[in-house]
Amino acid sequence: MSKVQLALVIDLNVCVGCHACVTSCKEWNSSGWAGPMTDENPYGADPSGVFFNRVQTYECGTYPETETIHFPKSCLHCVEPPCVPVCPTGASYKREEDGIVLVDYDKCIGCKYCSWSCPYGAREFDPVQGVMKKCTLCVDRIYDKTLAEDRRKPACVLACPPGARLFGDVNDPASEASRAIRDNGGFQLMPEWGTNPANHYLPRRKTSMTLHHDELVRVDNPLKIEGELPRPSFNAPSIDDLSSW
Amino acid sequence: MRPAFSVLFLTTLIGVGQGLLVALVTAQFFLVIGADGAGETGGFYALGSVLALILLGLGLLASFFHLANPGRAWRSAAKWRTSWLSREVILIPAVCGLAFLYALVHWLGWSPVLLVFDNGKALDLPMALGFAAAGASLALFVCTGMIYACVRFVRQWASAWTVVNYLMMGLASGFTLAAAYAALSGSALRDFLTVAALALTLLAMATRLYQVRRNGRVRLKSTLKTAIGSHHPQIRQISQGFMGQSFNTTEFFTPGAAETIRGLTLFFTLAGFVVPAILLAASLGGDYGLLMVAAALCQYAGLLAERWVFFAAGNHVQNLYYQARA
Ligand code: SF4
Ligand code: SF4
Repeated sequence: MSKVQLALVIDLNVCVGCHACVTSCKEWNSSGWAGPMTDENPYGADPSGVFFNRVQTYECGTYPETETIHFPKSCLHCVEPPCVPVCPTGASYKREEDGIVLVDYDKCIGCKYCSWSCPYGAREFDPVQGVMKKCTLCVDRIYDKTLAEDRRKPACVLACPPGARLFGDVNDPASEASRAIRDNGGFQLMPEWGTNPANHYLPRRKTSMTLHHDELVRVDNPLKIEGELPRPSFNAPSIDDLSSW
Repeated sequence: MRPAFSVLFLTTLIGVGQGLLVALVTAQFFLVIGADGAGETGGFYALGSVLALILLGLGLLASFFHLANPGRAWRSAAKWRTSWLSREVILIPAVCGLAFLYALVHWLGWSPVLLVFDNGKALDLPMALGFAAAGASLALFVCTGMIYACVRFVRQWASAWTVVNYLMMGLASGFTLAAAYAALSGSALRDFLTVAALALTLLAMATRLYQVRRNGRVRLKSTLKTAIGSHHPQIRQISQGFMGQSFNTTEFFTPGAAETIRGLTLFFTLAGFVVPAILLAASLGGDYGLLMVAAALCQYAGLLAERWVFFAAGNHVQNLYYQARA
């Protein structure tokens, strides 16, 4: 567990479902190393296209007791990625140095077998280039020395207006990402498959406090409101021993 | 899951081809251990395994239509240590090569004795190559079945029955074709192969229908609760994040699957097993070559439908994330 494992931590309590991460991902990766992200029939009746990141929306409960959850979903860069060993060509691989799961477009034969072996539906096939595509964690910008250091983050993290996306090494206990997971009950998706996703989500958190009745009715020093204290008598004891007036 | 026709043809065609090879070798072995010394001409086996080679070749051709980058197909042999798909890719040419050698030595009538056993029987080169070809064919069945059986995220596939059924249905169709071939060429092996084909067809029907029953009961291991990590008992998807299509909505769904599956399950049970079994039983002991060819063709059509159902009935875990069409 001492190896570096880069990942995203997505705070469902903060995400407002604006899709800024979706569009900035598409923009960056269309023109970058992992592109193109092909769209088919984009202006037609039945458009279809490749995205590395999608924001979905769920509703819990029945009206009026409902809660809306905006849920960004991309490759989780699993620590035990089931998509990797099934790839017959070795095009799908997990990087030793930082745990990012990538597809080598020069080796991929487009058999789609890896996509069957991902329970999260995180891989999307590009029918035009004929290769499998997926989130790269912006591997082409997070190490780019020509960028200012605070810009060396995935495009989605930089784009998120409310700051719902954190990026960092989840194996480093001191990182911002690890701390957020620890402090805010971070969890993994579908832990039952043993994929051990590196990306974590922070749950919806309701901010509430319990008020008791006596906290609503003012009981402390009521005279302060209801009137001035009666004036002490002329010869009441006083600090300077002269007069209370 | 979406049934891709390339894969339907690939798996059914090589299944028949492998089954035919196994049938030929079994028949040859049957004659060798049968004491009366009756034999079959080398030409019979040679032509039979050329037929198997053609079927395997057609299957291989179909598989190339499945690959988006067929020019790099050679790369897919690389990860045989971890990937069943890679193992299959290696075994298909191996089976083809052994079938070719098997046909060749039979054709040339070249049968040097390799081993003599205590009981006076001998193992000659064609028989040895036959064993190798049959063994490779059986291993290929396991690989093809395991490609699907090891996809944990499709519960309908992830069981040993997937492997059993690929094996049984391939053998049944191969033996039926072999029986038809033997009948047409007036071989003494006709009745042996017909009985074997009949038994395998009935057995395959039993194992396949068992899997149909099992698949009617399996449940997804995951729920929306674990999918999005909310403990709420009632969750529904409002938006899947886009309004058009994506790879996730096309590759993993079959439009109108439920009704078609019901209809085609009946169809493949009849066309794939019941009708061929009746035809095989009817032609037992007589010279009904054409009837058996009809049985083989009918069975192939049935198994093609069976493969369609196999794919369409697979419900992938990722579908949990794609339930709202808006
Ligand atoms: S989320 Fe899917 S594609 Fe990404 S590493 Fe895990 S199994 Fe593989
Ligand atoms: S589609 Fe490409 S990356 Fe996926 S399993 Fe096939 S060769 Fe490997």
